[in-house]
Amino acid sequence: MRKFILVLGLLTGAAVGAPAIQQAAAQDQIYVPLLTYRTGPFAGSGIPIADGMRDYLEMLNQRDGGIGGVKIAIEECETGYDTKKGVECYEATKSKNPVVVNPYSTGITLQLIPRASVDKIPILSMAYGLSASADGNTFPWIFNPPVTYWDGASVMVGYMAQQLGGFDKLKGKKLGLIHLDAPYGKEPIPLLQDLSKRYGFELKLYPVPAADMQNQSGIWLGIRRDRPDFIYNQGFGAMNPTAVKEALRNNFPIDKLVGVWWAGGDDDARAGGAEAKGYKSLNFHQAGTNFPVIQDILKNVADKNLSKVDNRNRIGENLYNRGVYNSMLIAEAVRTAQKLTGKKVVNGEDVRRGLENLNISEQRLKELGMEGFAAPVQVSCSDHNGHNKVFMAEWDGSKYVKASDWMAPLKDEVRPLIDSAAKEYAAGNSGWPKRTEACDKAT
Amino acid sequence: MFYREAGQFKTTYASDMAVLPILQDRIGLAVILLIGFVGIPLLGGNFFLQTVMIPFLVFSLAAIGLNILTGYTGLLSLGSGAFMGVGAYACYKLTTIYPGVNIVIWIVASGFFAAAIGVVFGLPSLRIKGFYLIVATLAAQFFLQWSFVRIPWLYNYNASGAIEVPQRLFAGIPLTGANATPVTRYLVLLGIVTFLTWIASNLVHGRIGRSWMAVRDMDIAAELMGIRLLPAKLLAFAVSSFYCGVAGACMMFLWYGGGEANDAFNINQSFTILFMVIIGGLGSLIGSFLGAAFISILPTALKFGVPALGIAIPGTVAEHATYILLGALIIFFLIVEPHGLARLWQIGKQKLRMWPFPY
Amino acid sequence: MDLIYSIFVDPFLQMAGAPDLLVQTLWEGFVGGILYALIALGFVLIFKASGVFNFAQGIMVVFAALTLVGLYEKGVPAFLALALTIGVMFLIAAAVERVVLRPLVNQPDIILFMATFGLTYLLIGLGEAIFGGNPKVMIAEQLYLPKGAVDIKMLGGVVTLQKIDIAAAVIALAMIACLSVFFQYTRIGRALRAVADSHKAALSVGISLNQIWVIVWFLAGVVALITGIMWGARSDVSFALQVVALKALPVLVLGGFTSIPGAVVGGLIIGIGEKIGEFYWGPLVGGATESWLAYCIALVFLMFRPQGLFGERIIERI
Repeated sequence: MRKFILVLGLLTGAAVGAPAIQQAAAQDQIYVPLLTYRTGPFAGSGIPIADGMRDYLEMLNQRDGGIGGVKIAIEECETGYDTKKGVECYEATKSKNPVVVNPYSTGITLQLIPRASVDKIPILSMAYGLSASADGNTFPWIFNPPVTYWDGASVMVGYMAQQLGGFDKLKGKKLGLIHLDAPYGKEPIPLLQDLSKRYGFELKLYPVPAADMQNQSGIWLGIRRDRPDFIYNQGFGAMNPTAVKEALRNNFPIDKLVGVWWAGGDDDARAGGAEAKGYKSLNFHQAGTNFPVIQDILKNVADKNLSKVDNRNRIGENLYNRGVYNSMLIAEAVRTAQKLTGKKVVNGEDVRRGLENLNISEQRLKELGMEGFAAPVQVSCSDHNGHNKVFMAEWDGSKYVKASDWMAPLKDEVRPLIDSAAKEYAAGNSGWPKRTEACDKAT
Repeated sequence: MFYREAGQFKTTYASDMAVLPILQDRIGLAVILLIGFVGIPLLGGNFFLQTVMIPFLVFSLAAIGLNILTGYTGLLSLGSGAFMGVGAYACYKLTTIYPGVNIVIWIVASGFFAAAIGVVFGLPSLRIKGFYLIVATLAAQFFLQWSFVRIPWLYNYNASGAIEVPQRLFAGIPLTGANATPVTRYLVLLGIVTFLTWIASNLVHGRIGRSWMAVRDMDIAAELMGIRLLPAKLLAFAVSSFYCGVAGACMMFLWYGGGEANDAFNINQSFTILFMVIIGGLGSLIGSFLGAAFISILPTALKFGVPALGIAIPGTVAEHATYILLGALIIFFLIVEPHGLARLWQIGKQKLRMWPFPY
Repeated sequence: MDLIYSIFVDPFLQMAGAPDLLVQTLWEGFVGGILYALIALGFVLIFKASGVFNFAQGIMVVFAALTLVGLYEKGVPAFLALALTIGVMFLIAAAVERVVLRPLVNQPDIILFMATFGLTYLLIGLGEAIFGGNPKVMIAEQLYLPKGAVDIKMLGGVVTLQKIDIAAAVIALAMIACLSVFFQYTRIGRALRAVADSHKAALSVGISLNQIWVIVWFLAGVVALITGIMWGARSDVSFALQVVALKALPVLVLGGFTSIPGAVVGGLIIGIGEKIGEFYWGPLVGGATESWLAYCIALVFLMFRPQGLFGERIIERI
C-alpha cells in the first residue's frame, strides 16, 4: 500500500510542482481560471456557458491584447458539476494567483465561500450560489450580480400581476412553483410565501426529486388537478426540457410557464419543438448575434478557429451569451481594479475592490458593444448583487427573443430576506470574520 | 531479502494469533504510521493534502464501514452514502446545539446516530438476502436523502438548505472552518482513521468478526452453530453505519467544509464506496485502503498528473479518458485478480518471502 | 383526527370526486410502469442467461439512444441509423462476451456485478467522447412515431392519452410477447432457457455458452435501444437518463430477477403505485415521494415473498 501511495504521491506532487515552474515565466498576465463543466449529466448547460466565457476573454486577448494591455491567461478546469472535482480545481488554480474564481455550481460555491476571505480570492457566482452573499458587509469576498433567485421570483410575481392587470388582481390566483427538490430549487420558496400572504395568491409547490428529473408525469398530474394560473420553473439540467414537454403533453398553456434564467437554455425549449413557442424564461441579457460584441467574437475568435464551439451556429445561443456576460463582468471588474489601483497586473485583492466598485452604465455598455444586450449593473460595498433589471425572454420556436420590458425586482421585499439570511449565516458560523476590508469611496 | 520470518519463534498462543505476527509487518506498519503522521504533513503541500490525502482517508473510513457489512457479513448495501449523510447532519446538529464540546468528540459521536438509523434499515436483512437486499438499502438511501432536504430542522432552517461548518477551536487552533489549515485537518482525520481502524481490526479478528464471517459464508449453518442471526446482522449494520457516519461527519467537517446532501451524499457516493470495497478486496481492511486509494486518487492523478508530465490534453478529453481508463482498469483488475487489490498485496508479500526462489 | 381523515378518507373522496383524474393517474402509472418494465427486461434477460446482475443496462439505454440520434445528426437516414445502432449493440455484446464475461467465468456474482460497473464507466466515457455531452432531441417523428394526443370524454371529464404513450405501450407489450414466443418455441430460445436452468447441463448437451451470452447481451441491447427511444421521446437524450434506470431495481426485485412476466407485473405495480401514492398521499408529506416510494413498495412485497413475486423459490440447504 505504501508503494502505491508513494507513487501516486509523487505523481501528484509533480502535478503541483510543475505548473508552479511554468508560471514563474508568465508574470505579466492576469490569470483567470474558469471552472467549467463540459462533461457529466449537466453538460448540456455547461458547454455553451463555458464556450461563451472563454470566447469573450479570448476575444479581448485577440482584439485588445487583453485588459488594459495585459494578456489574460485563461485556463479551464473541468468540474463535471461535481463538488469534489470542483474543489480540486480550486486548489489546483489557487497557487497560480487567480484574480477571481467562477465556481459555476452552487455546491462548489457553498464550499468556497468560507475559504475566499482566507485565500484572498474573490468569488464571482453570477446569479447563482448563496443569495445571502449579496450582503457585502458579511461576505466581502463573494459577489453574485446581477440578480438573486429571490429577485427572480419577485419579478415573476410582478409579471403575473402585470399580466392580470395589477397587484390587486392577484388575490385568489394560483402560482405553481415546480422546482428541483434540492436547496437550489427550494430557494425561492420563502420569498414567494411572503408575497403570497401579502397579495393573497395561493402558492402551490411541485418538488421534482433529482433522481426523477426526467420522469415528471406524476407531478404534472398534480398540476392538472390544481390548475395553477402560472407556473414558475426553478429547474436545472434535464429537468427543464422534460418540464416543457410535460407542459405540452398536459395541455398546460405554455406561455404561462416561466423558467428562472437557468431554465432558459436553447436545448431546454428545443425539446418541445415549435409547439414550445411561448415558453418564457427570465433573463438578464439578450440572445442572438446581433450585437457588436458577439460580432467581434465571431470575427476575432470563431473566424480564427480559436473557439471551442462545435458548431458556429451555437454562438449567440442564450447560454452562450450568458457566458459572454459573465466574462464581461470579470473583465470590467479587472478594468475597474486597474483604474482604482493604477497597477496593470492586478491581483485578487485588487479585483475584489474592482468588483465592489463595478458600475457598468448604459454608456459603458455601448462602448462594450453591448447596447441593449444587458441592463446596467451596479454593485456597491454593501450590496454585492445590485438587484438589477431582468426581462422575459420568449422562445419563438427556434430562438429566444425579448418579450417584455426590463423589469426591476421588488427590492424592498428581497433585501430584508437577504439581510436576515446573512445574519443567520454569520451567527451560525461562530468565528465568521468581521469585515475588515475598507470600502472604496464611490468613484 | 528483508522480508524473512526465519528465526521468529512464537512461544505463546497470543503471539501466534496476533494480527501482525511477523516482525517486518510491525516495522512496516510503524513506518507507514510515521510517514502518515510526520512525513506527509512535512513534505506534502496543501494541494496534496487537500485533494489527495484527506479524500483518501475519508473514503477509506467509509470503505471500512461498508466492508464490515458487505465484505465480512456478506450483506450488500447501496445506502452508505445516506448513512454518511446521517453522520454529517448529526454532527452539525450536535455542534450547533452544544458548541462548547470538542468537535472531535462530536464527529465520533455522530457515528452513533448513523448506527441507530442503520439498525432500522438493517431489519429487513433478516428476511431478504443477496441482491434482493439492495432494495432495502436503496430505500434507505433515497428516503434519507429526501429527509435531508425535507426536514429544515436538520440544517437549522438555512435559507439555502446547506450545512455550513462553523469554526471550532481546540487549544486555540482551529480544527474546522476556513481557518483550519489542511495540515491540522489532515492530522485530526488521520488520528480518527487510525484509531477506528485499530478498533475495526480488533473487531473483525475477534469473536464478533468470526460470527460475521460465519454468517457471510452461510447464515443457516451459522445459525445451527449457535450464532444468533438477528444480533449478528444488526450489529454488522450498526458498526458499518457507525463508520460510514463518522466518515460522513469527517467529510463535511474536515474536508468539504460545507455543502448539501443532494450533492455530497447521493447514490453515486454509495456506488463509489461499493466500488472501493470490491476493487480493494471484500473482507479485508487493507483492501479498504487500497480500494479507496485506487478509486479516489486515480482520477485526480490522471487529471492533474498527466498534464504535469508535459502531455497537454484538454479538460474534456482528459475527463472522458479518465472514465474510459477507470472502467478499463476496473475490468482489468477484476480479470487479473477477482479478489481485489488486497489479494494482489498478499501475493506480493508471499512472493517477497520466497524471493529469489519461485516456490 | 384530522390526520387520520387526511390519510384514510380524503384521498378516497378525491378519487371518487374526480374519477377522470383517477383514470388519468392510472394511465400515467401504467405507461410509466411499462417503461420501467422495459428497462427491467434488459436486466432480466442477462441475469437469466448468465447470472450477471448487469448494472450497465442503464447506460446501455443512453448509449443506444445517443448512437441513434448521433448518427442521424451526422446525416444518416433515420432507419439506416436505427439499423446501424442495432449493429453497434451487437458489437458491444460481442465485445462484452469476449473481453469481460469469458475471462470472468465462474467468478462470484458480486465480481461480475462490479465488472458491469467498469463497463458503465467505459460506455460513459466513450459516449461522451464520441457524441459530446449536449442533450439531444429524440428523432421520434423521423421514426414515424405518432405525435399528439387523444382526448376521451368519460366520467364527467377528459382523459388525455398521448399517442406516443400508446405507441410505447403497444411496442413494449408486443416486444414482450415476441420475447416470450422466442423463448418458448425457437431453438435458440430453448437453448437460452437451458442455460438459465443450469450452465453445466446446457454445456453437456452441446450448447455454446459463449454464443448464448452474445445473443442475450445483444437482445438486451435491442431492448435498451427501444427503451432509449421511448424515454428519449418523453424528455430528451442525455446522460441524466441513466438515473431513471435505477428505477428498474425495485421493479426487478419485486418481480424476481429471472422472470419476464415478473418484470412486467413488477413494473406495473411500481409505476401505478408510485403515481397514485404521489398524487393522493404525496402532498401530505411535502411531495417528491417518487424518489423512494418505489423502493418501499418493493420492500413491503419482499417482506412476504423474499424471492420476489415470480422469482424462483430460494431453497437453502446446509
